[in-house]
Amino acid sequence: MTTTNLAHPFSASGFEAFLTEHKLAAVHCTNCQKIYLPPRAICPNCHSESLEWSEVSGHGKLAGFTVIYVAPSSMIAQGFGRDKPYIAGIVELVEGPKVSARITGFDPLQPETIHIGSPVQVDFIEYNQGDTVKVSLAFKAV
Amino acid sequence: MPKQDALPRPVSIVGAGMSKFGSFPEKNSRDLFVEAFKDLRITVDKGFDPAQIEAFYVGNFSSDLFEHQGHIAPLIADAVGITPCPATRVEDACASGGVALRQGIMAVASGMYDVVLVGGVEKMTNLPTSEVTDTLGTAADVPFEISAGFTFPGFYAAMATAYMARYGMTPDHLKHVAIKNHDNGALNPNAQFGVTIQKWMEGRIAAALKKGKPAPKWNSIWDFLNDDGGNPMVAWPLRLFDCSPVTDGASAVLLVAGELANSFSDHPINVRGSAQASDSALYGRADLTSVPAARIASQKAYSMAGVSAKDIRIAEVHDCFTIAEVIASEDIGFFNPGDGYKAAEDGVTARTGSKPINTSGGLKSKGHPVGASGVAQVVEVVKQMRGQAGERQVAGDIPLALTHNVGATGSTCVVHIYERTN
Repeated sequence: MTTTNLAHPFSASGFEAFLTEHKLAAVHCTNCQKIYLPPRAICPNCHSESLEWSEVSGHGKLAGFTVIYVAPSSMIAQGFGRDKPYIAGIVELVEGPKVSARITGFDPLQPETIHIGSPVQVDFIEYNQGDTVKVSLAFKAV
Repeated sequence: MPKQDALPRPVSIVGAGMSKFGSFPEKNSRDLFVEAFKDLRITVDKGFDPAQIEAFYVGNFSSDLFEHQGHIAPLIADAVGITPCPATRVEDACASGGVALRQGIMAVASGMYDVVLVGGVEKMTNLPTSEVTDTLGTAADVPFEISAGFTFPGFYAAMATAYMARYGMTPDHLKHVAIKNHDNGALNPNAQFGVTIQKWMEGRIAAALKKGKPAPKWNSIWDFLNDDGGNPMVAWPLRLFDCSPVTDGASAVLLVAGELANSFSDHPINVRGSAQASDSALYGRADLTSVPAARIASQKAYSMAGVSAKDIRIAEVHDCFTIAEVIASEDIGFFNPGDGYKAAEDGVTARTGSKPINTSGGLKSKGHPVGASGVAQVVEVVKQMRGQAGERQVAGDIPLALTHNVGATGSTCVVHIYERTN
């Protein structure tokens, strides 16, 4: 694991700053060595405040998933919905933490062929929100 | 001072009422609560003067977003004429009602008050579906879950896929939960969709024929439930009939100190256990097939009551989705992990089964006005324990009952245990 020294805050905005750089970063507690994603400013295990960002491998496996047909407005704005369903899932990283993410590289119209435990690898989906380019965390089939 | 297992002093429920659940364009949350309060008054069999109410707690998830109205507790207190008593809104997503109940119980158990009104209300049907989806989504971890495109049906669907992979359940197993809860809801005059799935399907066929369209080729409810036209996919493997509806409704219960209960009712119900737990969002859990907060709250409630799952005759659990009822039935200890879906299929959780669950129709059929649901569960339990549940009355004595109310995917869970006195 590589340690990054970027001064992003241990927060959602810090996490998103890494995503825009196409990096998946977790937070490492230098006291008890646990790894957290989403980031934490206080270690929930030992309550230490000695934390550092740590880029993770991006490898994991599918812990749960769904194919969404009734979409939130943010996904409708990206063209998804009843006629274009998409996969969302929860991925267990090889480093341990689980994350929610878009899942790609599987056929959303054949959900029976998607298996829990399937290996996946991090991916970054860029989309436009107004004038800004946003990045969604995704994992694609390996 | 060591923590006590039991409540510091006994608390009784002496009345419980609810509005009709459904879609009511002409009613706001205040109007809905007034309806629930009027129903409550009828159920306090020795009567009470609203001026006796010393405090009011109301569960409500998001009147701000659903109807652009904040600060609803004092507005409701004024509408039912109980100002200047303290009026407090309680928010823990879909567990708001159950948590409001727990606040009321603690307020009476502490000795601070003798008579407390607890309620729940949600007015949801003003918004179009996508905005309802967005509003409910605010109960999740917005930056880390909604950004991934998740919706609430999606979260529970992801739990279902994990459960299916571990225990061999299929989407058809889940449909048994929907069929059962609609069978129960068909006997509940307050239910939003108080109709069996068979009747629903027949209604759809009749409506098609009336319009001169070809009748859908559904030979049984299983054809209907597996057809995209009859039962569209929402979040695979969950279809429309796996999901609770969008609902307007309110519910109310009256709590009093145990020593005063007999002056309000000949049929008080005692609160024997009250417990609540919190947890991370769904991604933070080691296992997606169980809800840890529900297990912890159940264990604590059982411990407080000094009883176990086998002693509980009926339960109202948080079936926001069919998979949620399966998992809940295991988390409250009715069945072992992986056995909940079999119990639903085998009729164990039917009204006539040994462990009836959601005799009211549950959130699925009765409706799910999110802040009201936790308190509406108590309305059913009180009716059943008093033997006043009409056609859906469970046979035999009901000495003990349980309610299980979940916020979001289980970031909050609150469990209560009730005892019939006479």
